[in-house]
Amino acid sequence: MDEAVPLFRMEGISKRYGGVHALDKADLVVRSGKVHAILGENGAGKSTLIKIMAGVVAPDEGRMLLDGQPVSFADPAAATAAGIVCIFQELSLIPDLSVADNIVISNPPTRFGMIDRKAQQAIAMEALERAGGADIHPMELVKNLPLSRRQIVEIAKALARKPRVLILDEATSALTAADVKTVFGVLKRLRSEGIALLYISHRMHEIAELADDCTVFRNGRKVATYAAGSKTDDEVVELMIGREYNSVFPAKTDTVDRTTTPVLEARNLSWMQRLNGVSLSARAGEVVGLGGLDGQGQRELLLALFGVLRGVSGEVLIDGVQRVINGPRTAKAPDIGMALIPEDRKTEGLMLPMSVRDNLSFAAMSQISRGGIVDRRAESAAIDRMIKLLAIKAASPSAPVGSLSGGNQQKVVIAKWLLVGPRIILLNDPTRGIDVGTKQEIYALLRQLAAEGAAIILYSTDYDELIGCCDRVLVLYDGAVKRELVGPDITEHALIASALNIDVREAVA
Amino acid sequence: MTTDKLDAPVTPRASWTSRIDVPVATAFGCIILLLLIGSLYSPNFLSPEYLLQQLKVGAFLGVIATGMMLVILLGQIDLSVPWAVTLGAMMASAAAAYGPMGEVFAIPFGVLCGVLMGLVNGIGVAYLRIPSMIITLAVNAVAQGLMVAYTGGFAPQDSASPTMRYLAAGTVLGIPNAVIVWAITGALAVFLLGRTTFGRAIYGIGNKEAAAYLSGVPTQRVVMITFALCGGLAAFGGVLLAGYAGKAAQSMGDAYLLPAIAAVVLGGTSILGGRGNYLGTIAGVILITLLQSILSVMQIAEFGRQIIYGGVIIVMLLLYGREKSGR
Amino acid sequence: MNGLRYSFAEQRGMLLALAIFILMFALYVTNHPAGFTPNVVQTAANKGVLLALVAMAQTFVVLTAGIDLSVGMIFILANCLASYVLVGTPVNVALGVGGVLLTGLACGALNGLLVIYGRLQPIVITIATGAVFFGIALWIRPYPGSADGFSSDLADALTGKVFGIIPASLLFLIVLVLLVWIPFRRSVIGRAVYAVGSSEPAAYMSGVPVKRAKFTAYVLSGLFAAMGGLFMTFFTYSGEASLANGNTYTLSSIAAVVLGGVSLFGGRGSAIGAIFGALAFRAIGDLLFVFDFDPLWQPLFQGVVLLLAVSLGSARLFQVRNRLDLFT
Repeated sequence: MDEAVPLFRMEGISKRYGGVHALDKADLVVRSGKVHAILGENGAGKSTLIKIMAGVVAPDEGRMLLDGQPVSFADPAAATAAGIVCIFQELSLIPDLSVADNIVISNPPTRFGMIDRKAQQAIAMEALERAGGADIHPMELVKNLPLSRRQIVEIAKALARKPRVLILDEATSALTAADVKTVFGVLKRLRSEGIALLYISHRMHEIAELADDCTVFRNGRKVATYAAGSKTDDEVVELMIGREYNSVFPAKTDTVDRTTTPVLEARNLSWMQRLNGVSLSARAGEVVGLGGLDGQGQRELLLALFGVLRGVSGEVLIDGVQRVINGPRTAKAPDIGMALIPEDRKTEGLMLPMSVRDNLSFAAMSQISRGGIVDRRAESAAIDRMIKLLAIKAASPSAPVGSLSGGNQQKVVIAKWLLVGPRIILLNDPTRGIDVGTKQEIYALLRQLAAEGAAIILYSTDYDELIGCCDRVLVLYDGAVKRELVGPDITEHALIASALNIDVREAVA
Repeated sequence: MTTDKLDAPVTPRASWTSRIDVPVATAFGCIILLLLIGSLYSPNFLSPEYLLQQLKVGAFLGVIATGMMLVILLGQIDLSVPWAVTLGAMMASAAAAYGPMGEVFAIPFGVLCGVLMGLVNGIGVAYLRIPSMIITLAVNAVAQGLMVAYTGGFAPQDSASPTMRYLAAGTVLGIPNAVIVWAITGALAVFLLGRTTFGRAIYGIGNKEAAAYLSGVPTQRVVMITFALCGGLAAFGGVLLAGYAGKAAQSMGDAYLLPAIAAVVLGGTSILGGRGNYLGTIAGVILITLLQSILSVMQIAEFGRQIIYGGVIIVMLLLYGREKSGR
Repeated sequence: MNGLRYSFAEQRGMLLALAIFILMFALYVTNHPAGFTPNVVQTAANKGVLLALVAMAQTFVVLTAGIDLSVGMIFILANCLASYVLVGTPVNVALGVGGVLLTGLACGALNGLLVIYGRLQPIVITIATGAVFFGIALWIRPYPGSADGFSSDLADALTGKVFGIIPASLLFLIVLVLLVWIPFRRSVIGRAVYAVGSSEPAAYMSGVPVKRAKFTAYVLSGLFAAMGGLFMTFFTYSGEASLANGNTYTLSSIAAVVLGGVSLFGGRGSAIGAIFGALAFRAIGDLLFVFDFDPLWQPLFQGVVLLLAVSLGSARLFQVRNRLDLFT
């Protein structure tokens, strides 16, 4: 192997979105026959890096070299043709086509100008076999497959393209433990066949098992590249976050009276195998965290409480009285007083083209209108108050909210709900992709709201946040609460151990 | 990829009194251009009488386009306008034939029929989640079928009530009543869109229905009512047209679908919903009306009008009606 | 065995349309005063094929998750144009047919270019281009009629019977399916059309030629709509620029497509299904005639059938468990 000319190289790649540097002069060297792990927090620039490699977005500056030759990709097809194949986090399968159709989608075998279905079937079967999905029927429609099987098809599809560089972006996040094992076997074989693998994952033990080299990204910059195993986990985490976390959290002031009736109590909530009997309670002044690996039912739990899901079984009690909440409209009514800061602020929280003003007052219409007519004076007063309270930085209240930075957008989402005056605040990963300064302000705000008597339920993918913010943490696994951690018991070790449900898994194995 | 919206030029919804955005200014620029072109043919084009006459002719389209605008702001479309117009005209005229009581109730009855038709559209779109263009096409077909069956396929014999004629063709202090009716309709629309929670909900739903729903807006009810309003306004437009012409006619509404959509879109309302203001729709209506007037003054035949209509609308859409790239 | 199951699932929409058609047609012929005779079948076939062609045209665009509200107008334009150019010697007629088809192709290409490069919503743009197409049709033929020396040989051949029993129009349709639809369905570009309709972002990510697929769909749509117009001319020996007819055909094409199991959300269905949808829709309309209803009720009846057909799709709503999914 010629070490002097690596298979693929990126030099000084930058990409800006609006005023935000998603990637800032990033370098990367990928060698054949190696697994290269990319680490970094959410928003560190990993996704942008991959998208540039795969031809989905074009870099603003910098260059890419394949076999030492400069290359640029106009679209994903061009990248595929060059042998760079990506398995995206959001699946790129076409739901209405069959498994076989999908596997050969970019380059179907043809005879006399027609697609050769027999050859296609053969290619698909072979690829499925290699990807560990021999049990999947090639004629099944993709939309009829469960998520973990789709992921296998996605891998098979990538293999059928004869990749030289294979990029896996959180490719195992939807897989069961058994599937992960299969996939790892496949990946190790590919490595021995000389394919370069780029592996992005949040799961440290997966990286430890698989990676040869590691590169850490932070805030769009490459921080370090090192040989796998040459750094301790602590050192890696430090590289990823780059600062001491503890100082950013406000002091917890445990003023909760445990004898009072919980403002919010849920008993045995179940929904479509995604929630399997979740019970929880939250008292006034309490910040309750939801932990666990991503996708263990946390999002569904918040949506169920807010009345968005249909067919939820179990009971919800407000102030000790059972209530039926069948939608956000009921949930936000003063007698319940619930607010939800949704997962995706761009599609669920805000109307991006609309002004900061219109977004802020949107949920609180009943507070600032009489008989369906908006009281403009009350509206401006309320908006000014919120802009000041949360220190929202906008050119003017009539600027479109889409022109604000991510952190300020998130502040608008929170402010719009504070205007309603909620007693119960549900937050779905509110600090994702937000700069640390704004995070700090949000943490302080949460504490302040709790001190003023709100019951807060916070789901976060960031363990430090749960440790720093919450009075109690419920760790979810497979749609059920596996463990409750209180006060000083909320440690990173306890969170990770219960998130992986280690005790249970060992018992089963 | 989620951040790329930041790059896209976003036009804030302008409060219509405080700011005029580019499409509206363009539309008004085109109006002046058309008047100048017209004045080359005949100096009458710049006379107050001619302009007032144009406003009067445009008033019918104005009323119909108001309803269409509400629906387009939702990000939907109403293709049932042609037969909602005809339905309103025929039913009002029919009611007028039932003696004095009929005459009193003629207009409300015509409008009510349109509201019911819009309600069917609204239920289909909001609750059954049928794409609006499909359900409104189907409802249009049903309304047509009903009217054909009702009239026996002949031109309807009932004539408009005196009130209808007065509203459409009379004048007050030299100002045509139709213009006054349009002005009132428009003022109500401006109030509805700018000052009420309902109007805010329309803009919110047009931008992101999921976000509006999660904010506690009864989005389905708002959508349904908006379609009912559109149906009612189209039928009201039909009532006025029947009053203007003296009676209803089989295909009187067909000529209003494309102009209504065009007036709204040319006025800067985004066909994808959530963005636009009523001033733009006024400009669009006047623009379309002048275009029609000039084409007829130039004695261009019906075929030429169709081609120029379509052509002008395509060009205007290309100028500023495009989807943002990268969606 | 397993493969058969999937093949069946793929054809389910089409088979349902076929079943509805057989039922309706059986009702129709058994109640027809003349009964099941070649002439009855011939007339029914000729009328059905007209709509089937326009429905196929609509299918191509609907498969890409678009809609073409100008198919009826392309149909009318082709009809008017054909009534002028189908004159003289067989060579002249052949050239005329070619010209009409090319015109349809051009109309479709215009729609496609505006949708792809203009990034305009298909629904609005095809209403506008429809107005232009209709204007041209009106220009060509302000009054219904046909050119002097209209050559009816080809027309008679294609609307007549082969061997005295089989309607020629039906054979023509079958040939079209075999020579155009099936190759398209099995071609790379055909698959791209399905992929784009099913999920445009996923198709783009997978390196599918999105623009080429859409363009092909619109061009084929124009071509088939023009074929429909040509057949209308064969059928009536004349052209008529009727706005009402154009609108009716656009509407019926959507109804046929929905009945034929083609998903309006794109990516699912087949032109064969749409053909049966068209034949069934026609048979439903004609049922009123054999049951001695006043023909005045026909538009209402067809409208109601369409309304019911489009409402059927909402059955899926009962399966939605996350209300947020309603908005996507």
